Amino acid sequence: MLKANIYVTLKNGVLDPQGEAVKKSLKVLDYGQVDEVRIGKFIEVWLEGDDRESALKELEEMSDKLLANPVIEDYRVEIVEVN
Amino acid sequence: MKFGVVVFPGSNCDADCYHVVKEVMNQQVEYIWHKENAVDGFDALILPGGFSYGDYLRTGAIARFSPIMPSVIDFAARGGLVIGICNGFQILLEAGLLPGAMLRNSSLKFICKPVYLKINRADTPFTNRLQVDQVTRIPVAHGEGNYFCDENTLQSLKDNGQILFTYCGADGEESPEFNPNGSLANIAGISNQKGNVLGMMPHPERCSEEILGGRDGFYIFDSMINWFEEVGK
Repeated sequence: MLKANIYVTLKNGVLDPQGEAVKKSLKVLDYGQVDEVRIGKFIEVWLEGDDRESALKELEEMSDKLLANPVIEDYRVEIVEVN
Repeated sequence: MKFGVVVFPGSNCDADCYHVVKEVMNQQVEYIWHKENAVDGFDALILPGGFSYGDYLRTGAIARFSPIMPSVIDFAARGGLVIGICNGFQILLEAGLLPGAMLRNSSLKFICKPVYLKINRADTPFTNRLQVDQVTRIPVAHGEGNYFCDENTLQSLKDNGQILFTYCGADGEESPEFNPNGSLANIAGISNQKGNVLGMMPHPERCSEEILGGRDGFYIFDSMINWFEEVGK
């Protein structure tokens, strides 16, 4: 069994209204040093099998097809656990 | 003319579209459940508004892989008329039938109100009953209508005349203050290059009868019927 962490983030230059709102809120809480906040998604996927290389390939395909939208998002896949 | 209204789990404007086509436009209409896998016999398809699959992951992201979608994509490729309204627009973007993507409204608020739209072209299957520069009033109701695409895509949308509707003021003024959601270039609706696929955030089905406070939306459906009778058959 393999476990993957997939981080989906907005591309540079894509406005993140949620991040902006959270940043403002942090400022209100007196965290004046906060310069920027951007919000993304964290997806955990468990897979059968133990071939990391083919799993990575599959996970990238899943990300391209469904988990991320390449028009606005980047993603990063890391395989973290082998049991 | 026979319309199909595609129903996804979570669609909630399907009955409104069905009603307008049948009772207001006096055309044939049938619902198409998303698990069907053919659209034979239809002359136009409507992807209605709503929250397909609860907007999980991204708006339209899961609906885009519904069993019906390969047939919708094939129908569009053969030149069939496809209109995606609100969530339907989001699904068309995810499916790649239209370029770009939707972001959360810049205000972070769900916006439900009538807006003014400028008609940029009157020679398309969806706008031939309207005039260029005409200002229409059609309601929006969405949380993610902040249209985004990269610079090259925006340029090609402009060059090819694909931006059919832009948000404007009551007198047609185009400025950011009349943009309800932060969308790029005040974009409210775009077509594909071929012109047979339209996505729009405003809801024409909610204003096609006087009893609902306006009938500007009527002319979009009427344009489709007119186009089909003149050219489409």
